[in-house]
Amino acid sequence: MTRFAEPMTTAPPRRRPARARRRKARLNPAYLFVAPAFALAAVFILWPILRSGWMSLHDWRIGETSHTWRGLGNYTELWHDSRFWNALKVTCVYAVCVVVGQVAIGLALAQWLRRTTWFTMLLRSAFFFPTIASLAVTGIVWKFLLDPQVGLVDGWLGKLGLDGPAWLQDTRLALPSLIAVGIWKNFGFSMFVLLAGVQGVRRDLLEAAMLDGANAVQRFWHVTLPALRPALLFTTVIGTVNALQLFDLNYVMTNGGPVFHTESIVMYLYQRGFVDFRLGYASAVAWVLFLLILAVSVLQLRLLRYRDDD
Amino acid sequence: MTTDLATSGPPPWAGPLLRSARLGGRLLSWTLLTVAAVATIVPFVWMLGVAFRTPADLYADPARLWPGNWTGDGFHAVLTQLPFARLAVNSVVFAGGTTVLLLLVDSLCAYALARLRFRGRNVLLWIVLLSLMVPFQVMLIPLFLTLFRLDWLNTFQGLIIPRSVSALGIFMLRQFFVKIPRELDEAARVDGAGPLRIYWQIILPLAKPALASLFVIQFMALWNDFLWPLVVSSSTDMRTLPSALTLFSSQSGVDHAALMAGAAISLAPLALAFLLAQRFFTEGIATTGIK
Repeated sequence: MTRFAEPMTTAPPRRRPARARRRKARLNPAYLFVAPAFALAAVFILWPILRSGWMSLHDWRIGETSHTWRGLGNYTELWHDSRFWNALKVTCVYAVCVVVGQVAIGLALAQWLRRTTWFTMLLRSAFFFPTIASLAVTGIVWKFLLDPQVGLVDGWLGKLGLDGPAWLQDTRLALPSLIAVGIWKNFGFSMFVLLAGVQGVRRDLLEAAMLDGANAVQRFWHVTLPALRPALLFTTVIGTVNALQLFDLNYVMTNGGPVFHTESIVMYLYQRGFVDFRLGYASAVAWVLFLLILAVSVLQLRLLRYRDDD
Repeated sequence: MTTDLATSGPPPWAGPLLRSARLGGRLLSWTLLTVAAVATIVPFVWMLGVAFRTPADLYADPARLWPGNWTGDGFHAVLTQLPFARLAVNSVVFAGGTTVLLLLVDSLCAYALARLRFRGRNVLLWIVLLSLMVPFQVMLIPLFLTLFRLDWLNTFQGLIIPRSVSALGIFMLRQFFVKIPRELDEAARVDGAGPLRIYWQIILPLAKPALASLFVIQFMALWNDFLWPLVVSSSTDMRTLPSALTLFSSQSGVDHAALMAGAAISLAPLALAFLLAQRFFTEGIATTGIK
């Protein structure tokens, strides 16, 4: 293995006694440990973040050598861009519904399946399984499950004598259908996060509450739920951040349609950046998404922490 | 429950009645749970069924979960209409190569951040934490330009190298490394071991559970990734399974059986790994939130 004998210039040399200086010639090896990660991060994470901000202030088109400065022009254009506002609305509706759905179902299941037996483990695995599958591939499967001609959903509705709708082609049903698939994909994740929390609830507190005459609902509300706060916070924040980045599912299932009813922010970004090649404008969209995610995360952290005091 | 009943003092005949009612309630809730679990899995069962069905069979009775008569045409079609072997290799190289590189890079950095003393350590830790907050889409467009400039679009290095460092991985491993007792390092140092040997022979072996979890979830996230391969590779030969299948699905005249066969094949490795090592999936995903 390498000896760390190569002098490097990262740390500024300082006057030291002779022995220490001899040691100084061998640079602190810690820098060599962090070097690969930070070299990669500098080129592929930090620089792109800064550059994206810079680009969002320009009219940046691919293939052109110079780019005209627009200042906040891209952002004011976004402000008046009704297609962007629509994408923002779609994304927020999707995120709120999916997160509420996945956390509620996940919580109920975690509570129900908190004991560990072979049977609960089997059920948990089944509920968790959609989480590991690719969103794009499951999106393809769902697109055909919801198809009016070959789909299982309308097939079964037909068996019940109902005329199944064209879920993804109907402007009123497309987004709710995506939301349902989003919840199906994610509730297993919330269940597992909350399961650890539920199992960490102190038995003695539950028993004390029971002796004081608290019923099941009261025990859940006043003993279990406060103990679950960290797990709830974690799954809510992660779930929201993921949901706000919605792309795979609508790209595959509806391609943003019918008439933009399922076009999300990231999809709009992809459209502007990689189809129209308006990179500056698309970067502005990315920064708005970033600020939205940041604001929502901070808000959720605040809200759930503040409630700790009451 | 039992104490409630004892204090309220029910009439003697109520005992067996209540007990059977409770048993019935429990039976009902377990039945409901089982139905829900089966319903959760049905899309995958249906996918597998359609992969083995003929178009005529599918259109004749869409309410059927399982093929009437079996055919391997779907698998044959997807294997011939797409360069399937090539796509599978791409997926393995992209997900596997990136994950291995990422584990190495992240663990080296996390080791220094957790166990070594050097100037600027706190600044670096802050940079890691701050870059955790930035969604990937912010970097996407400049990354595309960088790869374009380097002529790395449609190449493995273009797919792999930009993704081979992860702030979340560094952070997660650092949290794990910090908890390993310091006496182990000191003892090794007294024995003359340098930091690299301590990292390789003490820290990494002790961190196996964390490394395994990180490996599993990163591999899964990359195997399932869609947006990144979509942006980096435009030629069919450099696509990964999800992105190639998606484009295949949007072509006109879709062969359902072929598409579901492709979907089944692309899900199979993760499904198998999940069956064999479920713990790493659930622990890894529940602690990091990577999906």
